[in-house]
Amino acid sequence: MNEFHLGINLLAILPEIGLVLLAIVILALDLYWPESRRRNIAYVAAVGLAFLATLPVIFSPDMIRNIDPEAFGNGLLWGGMVRYDMLSQIFKVMVLIAAALTSLMAIDVKGIGRKGEFYLIVVVSTLGMTLMSGAADLIMAFVALETTSIPLYILAAFKRNDNKSAESGLKYFLYGSFASGLMLYGLSLLYGFSGHTNLYSLAQFLNTETFASNPLPALGAMALVVVGFGFKISAVPFHFWTPDVYEGAPTPVTAFLSVASKAASFALLARFFVAVFPESVVIGDQGLQAFWVQLAAVMAVISMTLGNVIALAQRNIKRLLAYSSIAQAGYILIGVAAIQANTIDGQSQAIAAIAFYLFMYVFTNLLAFAVVILFSESTGSETIADLAGLSRRNPMLALAMTVGLLSLGGIPPAAGFFGKFLLFKSAVESGMVWLAIIGVLNAIIALYYYLVVIKVMYVDRSEDENKPIPVSRPYVWVLGVTTVAVIALGTFAAQPIFIWAVESAKSLFAA
Amino acid sequence: MTDTFTFPILSVIIFVPIIAAVVMLFIDGSRRDLIRGIAITAATIVLALSATVYFGYNSQVAAVDANQAAVTEVGGVGMATQLFADGLRYEENFPWIASLGISYHLGVDGLNAPMVLLTGMVTVAGVLISWRIDDRTREFMAFFMLLVAGVYGVFVAMDTFVLFFFYELAIFPMYLLIATWGWVKLRQYAAMKLTLYILIGSVIALVGVIAMVFTADAFFKGDGAQVFEAAKQSGILSQSAGTFSFDMTHLMLAGEAGAYNVLGYAGVDVLTFAKLWFPFVFIGFGVLAGVFPFHNWSPDGHVAAPTAVSMIHAGVLMKLGAYAALRMGVQLLPQGAEVHLPWIVFLTLINVVYGAFIAFRQRDFKYVIGFSSVSHMGLVSMGWASMNIIGMTGAGLQMFSHGAMTALFFGCVGMVYDRAHTRDIPSLGGFVKRMPWVAVAFIIGGLTSMGMPGLSGFIAEFPIFQGMWAASENVSLTIGSFTLTNYYSVIVVIAALGIVITAAYVLRVTTQVFFGDFKDELYPEVGDIAITDRIILILLGTPLIILGVYPTIMAPMLESGLKPVLALLGGG
Repeated sequence: MNEFHLGINLLAILPEIGLVLLAIVILALDLYWPESRRRNIAYVAAVGLAFLATLPVIFSPDMIRNIDPEAFGNGLLWGGMVRYDMLSQIFKVMVLIAAALTSLMAIDVKGIGRKGEFYLIVVVSTLGMTLMSGAADLIMAFVALETTSIPLYILAAFKRNDNKSAESGLKYFLYGSFASGLMLYGLSLLYGFSGHTNLYSLAQFLNTETFASNPLPALGAMALVVVGFGFKISAVPFHFWTPDVYEGAPTPVTAFLSVASKAASFALLARFFVAVFPESVVIGDQGLQAFWVQLAAVMAVISMTLGNVIALAQRNIKRLLAYSSIAQAGYILIGVAAIQANTIDGQSQAIAAIAFYLFMYVFTNLLAFAVVILFSESTGSETIADLAGLSRRNPMLALAMTVGLLSLGGIPPAAGFFGKFLLFKSAVESGMVWLAIIGVLNAIIALYYYLVVIKVMYVDRSEDENKPIPVSRPYVWVLGVTTVAVIALGTFAAQPIFIWAVESAKSLFAA
Repeated sequence: MTDTFTFPILSVIIFVPIIAAVVMLFIDGSRRDLIRGIAITAATIVLALSATVYFGYNSQVAAVDANQAAVTEVGGVGMATQLFADGLRYEENFPWIASLGISYHLGVDGLNAPMVLLTGMVTVAGVLISWRIDDRTREFMAFFMLLVAGVYGVFVAMDTFVLFFFYELAIFPMYLLIATWGWVKLRQYAAMKLTLYILIGSVIALVGVIAMVFTADAFFKGDGAQVFEAAKQSGILSQSAGTFSFDMTHLMLAGEAGAYNVLGYAGVDVLTFAKLWFPFVFIGFGVLAGVFPFHNWSPDGHVAAPTAVSMIHAGVLMKLGAYAALRMGVQLLPQGAEVHLPWIVFLTLINVVYGAFIAFRQRDFKYVIGFSSVSHMGLVSMGWASMNIIGMTGAGLQMFSHGAMTALFFGCVGMVYDRAHTRDIPSLGGFVKRMPWVAVAFIIGGLTSMGMPGLSGFIAEFPIFQGMWAASENVSLTIGSFTLTNYYSVIVVIAALGIVITAAYVLRVTTQVFFGDFKDELYPEVGDIAITDRIILILLGTPLIILGVYPTIMAPMLESGLKPVLALLGGG
């Protein structure tokens, strides 16, 4: 381990420090501001989070390395607990943006918007997610995961008097704690086998002769860890909680859950598997990478297919988006499976595809949920059929929703087209043309139900057509930012973000 | 390729409709006339620019020909690609995602220049015929403009990724236009069917093209390194080009040098990349051209669509499928074409004859035209399958001719339907008395459709048959131990039968709708058409006559565009 350099170590976790401070500020404001002013806490949280999102960009890994290359080393800081590299940078930015937009989206939601503790919990959960993006140690990984999850359980049950919300929170908690338990067991096995907790030391140890020729213990530990991740990203067959929790939780929470938690989990997943079970680890004649890559491919296929097929039958827009998010996890798992490419370049392309996909998914899904929030706050309904006539009640809202759904469906010029293209390209690159074909066919199934929603908004008539749906200022901002981002990421901004994603992916392989 | 600044005319053509659409969205929806004004202005600008491109290219055909002769003289590997690259005009080439070899590369050659002009004409006609749409005019026009932009993008894209980008871009506005403003009884079903059919075809082709890019990359890094260097030296590829690229020139060069013709693809001894993927790419795009048995979306789609969308759909989008099938299928995978087109030709024959028969049986005016499109588009694919200059030029002419003709037909049907509120053929009659303009236009279209000399249909269909006949000796199809030879001539004979049926249904419809007694009591309000409608009829009808009388205005241009493809197919 390198010499400890306090300045460097502090700069690397500046966003996390900022999040703690922001949490304290929110707590204080909640106490001192009277009820009438508490709506403004949302602005404080959103602006604070947005500001913190710029910090990883300003204090980039390269910039910090230049301060003292010796002490920075390969980015493992705080005694190897976290690693600050481009991958953690891009994912930190992602979750912070997601949290900022979520705070704005919650502002006018009844029972949430004026409660300081809501924003407080969001900020704490975000803290967990930023740590997940950079966690490089079994203990850190688990602590970060729980720091993310426990606030999310609370958030899901935030509307205490609403039965569905309470049910959602409880379900999420029960499933979540069980999955965490299994994962923890897997992590403890890894520690037990090797005596190391650092992800980057584990791989070296697994490669030694201790395991002789029996890969089973390592595979068992891996399987348990997969359960934990499978739960967090809601991949089939660990998806059962998703529809109920998505439907019951307050919509801003669902939005936050579907993007930020998923993004952070994929960040940790990519780092964990690439670091602990890399291509070079071969026990007996069993390459460990081949195992988890195939597992990812299988999970990708069933997640996509099941998610999309069940989504076809949904009547509630939040349940539809829940199943769609299961399918989206499946698409991203194609990228995970593509890590089996022969070259480091091919592997980084696969991880870059994952990072790019999640980056655009943050904006896309938040856009869709923002429309759902506005609609249900003003009409009290979440059924798809009630969206009828939306294009007459508020044409801009209908258009924004259309852009979001098209992006989810992968239609240009929305960003989803690029995202899917990159994932399928990585699949072909790693020799899995069949997986790409299954992926594109699934994209068609998915497009069907997205188009049905669009059809309802534009074609179907309703009795409420002359009741406009008001959109207040903060939501104009949310919708504007996300819509522009979705279009931009699908066209001219695709190049810089993709390059960033490639850089971040490469940093994962840098020693 | 020059470094000096030139007016990016193709980009302007694509972006004028997009900008118009965005501007419209920020205008109050109740200001319908302003919105219509913006739409027609954008459409007119686009048509003017398209005409500039077309005639600009036409004036350079002699120069392109001379250059082609010189290049052919030299010969060698890369000759076909050289022909293609040299033939491009109005090029724009900027890196988009450089690390993935994706560039925003647009260009026009002899093959797509007529399509650009056609799109411009149909765009103006489409805006004019939608003049009286009052339900959410703003959204209608905005989506229509987006559709137009997507169509243009596909036609002028010289990078496969850009082509797919615009291809998918065009599909969504089409869905909404049909589902929202279409014929109430059928629109939702038809719109969804159409969208899914077209997308499934194209996304599988997309996977094929991605695989193609990797194959080309591996080839240029290995066996084809010399070809790659030589191409850089001779200027076919730019000096900075990498081996990984989605550019058409790049992929075509790999194909010409044999990258897709290596045995043992996917672990099967007798399989090559081209052999495996050609049917997926060709038919994947062919779906949009209505290739049997994937033509099913087309009649329903055309009938359900609002008139403007029927016009652009049958008139332009189906050509887009045929065009992309040629560009991405035949041009990039010529070795696959040689293997597969000899059986695909049977599908096109079914298109021609079966489409005509079904059209004959229809009572609904619009379904007649819908199925006639299936029949005529079969001739285009058949022309591609002839794989010689005569037949393919005929197919190119047929694309333009059918585009204008079918748009004219749908325009006529729309005008009749708007006033009579029915499309049931037996209950119409005598409309020549009230709508003489429409009757004349329909008869011109009908005569074109049945291949009357002096109109563009003859100029297009005759060479297709002639080319097929000429190709007959060179083509054979082997299934197992059984070899079929000289069967193209039989196909020509049967296909010609399709033309006879065409004549039958066109005459039947013309007689029943436009002649006979006019039923005053049923259609008291039917009057003559408005000035905007007359502009449409003139705009779409005149080219049919001009092209029929003076085919030199287009044929040499198409020939110059087809020569690179034919050089690949080893013919001339």
